[in-house]
Amino acid sequence: MSTAISPLYRKRLFINRLALTLALAAMAVGMIFLLWILTVLVIKGIGGLNLAVFTQMTPSPGSPGGLLNAIFGSFVMVLLGTLIATPIGILAGIYLAEFGRRGWVAPTTRFVNDILLSAPSIIIGLFVYTIYVAQVKHFSAWAGAIALAIIAIPVIVRTTETMLMLVPASLREAAAALGAPEWKVVSYVALRAVRSGVITGVLLAVARISGETAPLLFTSLNNQFWSSDLNAPMANLPVVIFQFAMSPFENWVQLAWAGAMLITFSVLAINIITRVVFRQRTE
Amino acid sequence: MSLTEASPISGNSPKEKYVSTEEQQRQIAARLVRQRFQDAAFRKVTLSFALLVLLLLGAIIGSLVWGSYPIFEKFGFGFLTSRDWNPVTNEYGAANAIYGTVVTSFIALLIAFPVSFGIAIFLTELCPAWLKRPLGTAVELLAAIPSIIYGMWGLFVFAPLFADYVQPFLTKNFGDIPLIGQLFQGAPMGIGMLTAGIILAVMVIPFIASVMRDVFEIVPPVLKESAYGLGATTWEVVRNIVLPYTKAGVVGGTMLGLGRALGETMAVTFVIGNTPKIAASLFEPGASIASTIANEFAEAGEGGHIAALIGVGLVLFLITFVVLALAKVMLMQLSKREGART
Repeated sequence: MSTAISPLYRKRLFINRLALTLALAAMAVGMIFLLWILTVLVIKGIGGLNLAVFTQMTPSPGSPGGLLNAIFGSFVMVLLGTLIATPIGILAGIYLAEFGRRGWVAPTTRFVNDILLSAPSIIIGLFVYTIYVAQVKHFSAWAGAIALAIIAIPVIVRTTETMLMLVPASLREAAAALGAPEWKVVSYVALRAVRSGVITGVLLAVARISGETAPLLFTSLNNQFWSSDLNAPMANLPVVIFQFAMSPFENWVQLAWAGAMLITFSVLAINIITRVVFRQRTE
Repeated sequence: MSLTEASPISGNSPKEKYVSTEEQQRQIAARLVRQRFQDAAFRKVTLSFALLVLLLLGAIIGSLVWGSYPIFEKFGFGFLTSRDWNPVTNEYGAANAIYGTVVTSFIALLIAFPVSFGIAIFLTELCPAWLKRPLGTAVELLAAIPSIIYGMWGLFVFAPLFADYVQPFLTKNFGDIPLIGQLFQGAPMGIGMLTAGIILAVMVIPFIASVMRDVFEIVPPVLKESAYGLGATTWEVVRNIVLPYTKAGVVGGTMLGLGRALGETMAVTFVIGNTPKIAASLFEPGASIASTIANEFAEAGEGGHIAALIGVGLVLFLITFVVLALAKVMLMQLSKREGART
């Protein structure tokens, strides 16, 4: 039989095998980088992770300390950003999915939203700086929260729209036939049917903005001390990590790794949990 | 009569229930009016929030133009071509930063495109079904890692290894080739344009790969099966069936990755070296638009410096806007065809 295999066939088989091996190698490269980064984070971060990280303030060079004010600041700003972005994102998403069949508004908004989804986050920082920080003349936690909200909005708009599109038309028609007004059909029937999907979108937006550094650099700035004043600069994990990692002080770099590990594993945990939970709901 | 008695709604006789009195008609009419008003209000509210998203884009461009006006007024379009960037003498030109942004993103695409393509082929054509989901999720997790983490990893882990092993290897093997050789000469410092490009590549791979995977998935199985039926190998099916069918999507996904790479800030700031200059060698440090803004903005004083930084920001936003818009148009073309087919 083997003599019957023509050289051409052998060449085609060889090319096929080569291409598929390269595809496998590409997949391996991707996985190696993921595992490499996560391993480095655990090895370098675990040494700096202790109770003090959660109970003490960011230290000056050479003295012991933790990241409490930064963790608190990040939490506050991400929470505020999400609270601002969620209603805006959901309502805009409702318009795109439910009322956007006619006119120019929906297609244009959809297009713009997709561009904002990938727009450089540092530009959002510049934007908030010019319209807010430069006007009130001080950095503040509010400015940081607004910048984060602007980054979260497109994510929420996109998922809300996609989810509402999944609702079968018969469900809406059934509600309408019972005499329900349009706003009740949308908010009590369609939106409720895809509640878990919309929540997933919000959580993914939270994951996205928790690690954002660039838009906070010149909006909330940083603060070495505890501050809960929303009109003053507020410490936050990403900017503290940036500042500490770039510094020559050993204890700062150590804390930066601990913070990096903390933030990455929280973000990845949100991502994995939402995926698993949401998959169960849809199946 | 027994029917009405069993009805839990009311004790009234059927006559009173179904023959509406004038009063009831008025109530129904009033309710209809109220509902119509509520519906209209609901529409208007959601519309206004959609418009808000639209306005956001206008406001971003408007504020950047406004903030950078002084610098364009002073230097005109020479701002884009000048290579001087000196806050001390108040001389500003964006050419170095634009060069850094374009070169690092180009390197990133050069690496990320084939790798993403391979990953997408693996996930759609090769991967056993039970592994598809975990591996697909793993690739997407690569995109979820915050960019600052890539920066730290790049600076503390990747760059030293790169300087010790990869850079000397590149200089030794490619440094003497005419023209290309220049790119790989110089001191192996670990940080620089090439390192920034490679780390950007790792960061954009998940974006490009997941778009490619999604568009590969929409190829009608009948098309692929006919090719297999004629005796085509897997690679031949990908090359001659899948790729022509999804061309627009593949290009669109790559442009999306390019858009991400152009605007990426923190990872690049860590490893590019932050020296605004244009050098022949890729081993030399440089600066990108985003890294310049991240590094200098907090310390920038009044006068031209802030305006100049907002000016380069405007340039960056316009470049990414065009790239992302093209990506979107490409991807829409594909989905339009998909819609027409079914």
